[in-house]
Amino acid sequence: MRSDEISGMTVAAAADAMRAGKFSSEELVRAVFDAIDERDGLIGAYLTVDRDGALKEAKTADARRRAGESGDLLGIPVAMKDIFNVKNQPCTCASKILKGYIAPYDATVTAKLRTAGAVPAGRVNMDEFAMGTSTEHSAFKITHNPAALDRVPGGSSGGSAAAVAGGMALASLGTDTGGSIRQPASFCGCVGLKPSYGRVSRYGVTAFASSLDQVGPITKTVEDAAIILGAIAGADSRDQTVLDKPVPNYRAELRGASLKGLRIGVPDEYFVDGTDPEVMSLVRGAIDKCENAGAQVSRISLPHTRYAIAVYYICATAEASANLARFDGIRYGARCADAGSSLQSLYDRTRTEGFGKEVKRRIILGTYVLSSGYYDAYYSRALKARTLIRRDFEKAFSECDVIMAPVAPTPAYKLNSTVNDPLKSYLGDVFTVPANLAGICGISIPCGRTAADGLPVGLQILGPAFGETVLLRAAKACETEFGL
Amino acid sequence: MDNENGTVHMDVERICELAHFDMTSEEMSEYQDQLDRILEYVEMLRQLDLDGIEPTMYGQPVANNFREDIVVPGLTHDEVIRNAPDQANGEIKVPKVVE
Repeated sequence: MRSDEISGMTVAAAADAMRAGKFSSEELVRAVFDAIDERDGLIGAYLTVDRDGALKEAKTADARRRAGESGDLLGIPVAMKDIFNVKNQPCTCASKILKGYIAPYDATVTAKLRTAGAVPAGRVNMDEFAMGTSTEHSAFKITHNPAALDRVPGGSSGGSAAAVAGGMALASLGTDTGGSIRQPASFCGCVGLKPSYGRVSRYGVTAFASSLDQVGPITKTVEDAAIILGAIAGADSRDQTVLDKPVPNYRAELRGASLKGLRIGVPDEYFVDGTDPEVMSLVRGAIDKCENAGAQVSRISLPHTRYAIAVYYICATAEASANLARFDGIRYGARCADAGSSLQSLYDRTRTEGFGKEVKRRIILGTYVLSSGYYDAYYSRALKARTLIRRDFEKAFSECDVIMAPVAPTPAYKLNSTVNDPLKSYLGDVFTVPANLAGICGISIPCGRTAADGLPVGLQILGPAFGETVLLRAAKACETEFGL
Repeated sequence: MDNENGTVHMDVERICELAHFDMTSEEMSEYQDQLDRILEYVEMLRQLDLDGIEPTMYGQPVANNFREDIVVPGLTHDEVIRNAPDQANGEIKVPKVVE
């Protein structure tokens, strides 16, 4: 099998081809490695690739097939964001402080993928500890957008989106705390699904903000996203925030997906000045196509949207400051070589040297909003404001089935254009963080490209909590309607 | 911390101590400007009337989730300690903590 066949290949098509005996998992995984060798020098999506390990697992998948198995993910290579523990592989979260760490166990999502027969094939770049929107905050390398190499792939799951869009992966697993799956999917022209909070286990996924983090796929099609969600969703005795709700066969649920009669809410607050006019017109155009195909489109209001960034950057940094306190150079990761003679200086120097600028910035902010005298003014206030944002969505979903909006105010921007202006970069999350705060599900699907630069633009579709079936059906119908 | 002219000002040095960072004054002053701008931005939450609103702590309502107390195999001592950056005889080495 040729490496350039990976570009257009979906998970569903590869599964069909392997069922028909056209190629083996081993051949498929080798073709992915060839594609990485040929293309990743320019793109920089992958951090590490354990070729021997992946080929061994591919052979195991081929043996399982010979023994009669035929699942959709059997023998499918999946690029893993560097935040997932995969036993005996590094897991650095693109941070110097975790250099040298080798995962002693599988995350639940890793184990579930393996059960389905998927092959974790390579670890992909990200913003350090998932904090960022451009993957420029990786301690190890820059990742370029395959659609325009002088631009960012988005983030924090930028390596995931770049690997898929760059023809070096069939699919990838990412995480989304404030848009980190949907925004890179939009920037690179992929499908990116953030499941509802509590749908997918976070056990073995290095925590950034535990009340917001969620695992999801970045893929080429909605069908592939449905296949992967079906494999990774569901209760886990090791993560009590996962709700014990049945997991539908999301792929089968896509059959007959249609826009006819679908009630689409379009929030006024997501179509405001400051959004790139081309993004606005592509998203509006996509919604018009839905209406022409029989959807009922109506204006809705999510009145507390303008507070979402403030709420998010208080809640997320507060949780991060607590979650990242464990990285101190004692039990795992790197220890500062010049750590001084006291335990205190060992902690302080290891953390100062090991964390990058953005991570330190967020830990400082989070420590501040939780510190004595400021807790009520910031953190407590933010948690209450979060309730108002959640209620906005509850009310909206009593009037519509899904919400449609832009993913981000701009298409992919040039490398080095926001890295020194944190507030500006935070404001770019305005359309994605509300879904995390409310715990609902969302997806980004391609809806066109900008005229001048040919940059991909995503349409964001939001569904109610545990409304993945309606969300994926709407996305599938759009994909068909848009002719993607 | 609010200073006398009403603008927001974080005591970055104090917070760095709490967060276990050992930064130079140049690094701290770079953070100072950025963080003060962010704090000024989040001031907008003061416009909201939040009396009587319950806080949202999680993405979904979560209650205590109980399971049977069954022993399952965990990681071995070797697997756990393998990642410690400085170790000897199966123990983690740290600087002296008691005088």
